[in-house]
Amino acid sequence: MRCNSAKVMAVGTLFLLGATPAFAETAVSRVDTGDTAWVLLSAALVMLMTPGLAIFYGGMVRRKNILGTMLQSFIALGVVSIQWALIGYSLSFGPDLHGIIGDLSWAGLRGVGLEPNADYAPTIPHQAFMAFQMMFAVITPAVISGAFAERFKFGAYLLFVIFWTTLVYDPLCHWVWAKGGWLHGMGVLDFAGGIVVEINSGMSALAAAWFIGSRRGYPHEPMLPHNLPLTLLGGGLLWFGWFGFNAGSAVASGGLATAAFVATHLATAAAVMGWLLVEWKHRGKPTLLGAVSGAVAGLVAITPACGFVGPVAAITIGLVAGAVCYGAVVAKFRMGYDDTLDAFGVHGIGGMIGMVGTGLFAAVAINAAGADGFFNGGAALLGKQVLGIAVGAAWAFGGTYVILKVLDKAVGIRVTREEETQGLDLAQHGENAYTM
Amino acid sequence: MKKIEAIIKPFKLTEVKDRLIEIGVQGMTVTEVKGFGRQKGHTELYRGTEYNIDFLPKIKLEIVVIEEQVEKVIEAISGIAHTGQIGDGKIFVSSIDETIRVRTKERGKDAV
Repeated sequence: MRCNSAKVMAVGTLFLLGATPAFAETAVSRVDTGDTAWVLLSAALVMLMTPGLAIFYGGMVRRKNILGTMLQSFIALGVVSIQWALIGYSLSFGPDLHGIIGDLSWAGLRGVGLEPNADYAPTIPHQAFMAFQMMFAVITPAVISGAFAERFKFGAYLLFVIFWTTLVYDPLCHWVWAKGGWLHGMGVLDFAGGIVVEINSGMSALAAAWFIGSRRGYPHEPMLPHNLPLTLLGGGLLWFGWFGFNAGSAVASGGLATAAFVATHLATAAAVMGWLLVEWKHRGKPTLLGAVSGAVAGLVAITPACGFVGPVAAITIGLVAGAVCYGAVVAKFRMGYDDTLDAFGVHGIGGMIGMVGTGLFAAVAINAAGADGFFNGGAALLGKQVLGIAVGAAWAFGGTYVILKVLDKAVGIRVTREEETQGLDLAQHGENAYTM
Repeated sequence: MKKIEAIIKPFKLTEVKDRLIEIGVQGMTVTEVKGFGRQKGHTELYRGTEYNIDFLPKIKLEIVVIEEQVEKVIEAISGIAHTGQIGDGKIFVSSIDETIRVRTKERGKDAV
């Protein structure tokens, strides 16, 4: 819901939080320096999440695969940024064609200038909104790479990222966030990317893990994280960057951004505790990897909800996300797929919890541009949220499966047996992270 | 000349080293190794799943001494590294044909 009159929401929220609205409302679209500063900074925060994800993932793989794994995240900054400027932004947010896709009239950022675009963010330069959105497009395919870590060919991965961003991300982003997008028009609420980023990457991860198959030796041979301190550092950077991701999605500074910031932090804190306590009860020991994983699950789950729910609802969503995502990650062994770094268990399931949580706890009192959820007398919203989950999940799973099938036929997506044994770092990139 | 290879619990290394220096050992080589004996492995927990880890971390000491020192070294290591718990390690003794000090080219006992 970043798209609509952010100032109106901001004022409503400020009022509720007991702050004094210090600025007058104007209908004229003009650049607000405070809003612009916050959104540009938020874009930079979200940018940092991709190297953060690389570090988070890199610590969890075996030492022979850390560089290949980190590069699969980091390279998205290179590839997707260019795709976004050339066609991605136009397909996602450009003038709508039948609710399905943007046209190409903004290709190459033609006409995306320094004047505000009233449809998306009336108080910041259009390019600031474009740049902020670009960072979301960058990190989403990087999340998927966790599902097939330690076995995907780098060249094929680059092709996958280009096709997936163009054919899966851009349309879904349009449906949910663009003016005229059909899910947006139906009133599905996704504040910062529960469908567009999380369910999208999580379900794509499930399709990818299923299609490419397990790592050789899995699950008989233990394949353990080789550097969990790195994973904590990466998780910390994700938490930090996520303030830009979520609070920045108000596309304005002020009350709504503050509400989203607070909800984000509380849900994450609750999810850390949720995951840790369930794990402690289940296995007898609390782990650092569990605490960090819980944080990411909470960040994921609060993403669609953060601009619509209050602090206690955020804590509830976080607790549930921490506990349920733990269960989902444990269950994968019974399901038999090798989602190596649990992109589905954390992002897919976490995203769904957040979408349902939005349907339950959303309140127009928090955000006038939102809707009331189930517990605030709005049963209809819950149905819309479930529809949003179903559409996003089916689209991501199906689209990813088809792209991988075609790529596998055309160029092959998996490294050879020898390369997998040797490790991606040496076999694919000719370098080692740890040398004598 | 004999080579003594001792596999010990990692936390015993400093004590063992100090004792060996006390009894006149001139040098040693230490390696972090993994392995198992009767102790077998242990379990580790990652994201709610228990993994059986067969190979436990141990320290391998390699010391080359003249024959007269062998028993003293064995006594020192087996005394200090001993906890009485399973997994205390093992000591292997083998013969060394030749030792050469790289800097001076000295050979045999003089180089040990």
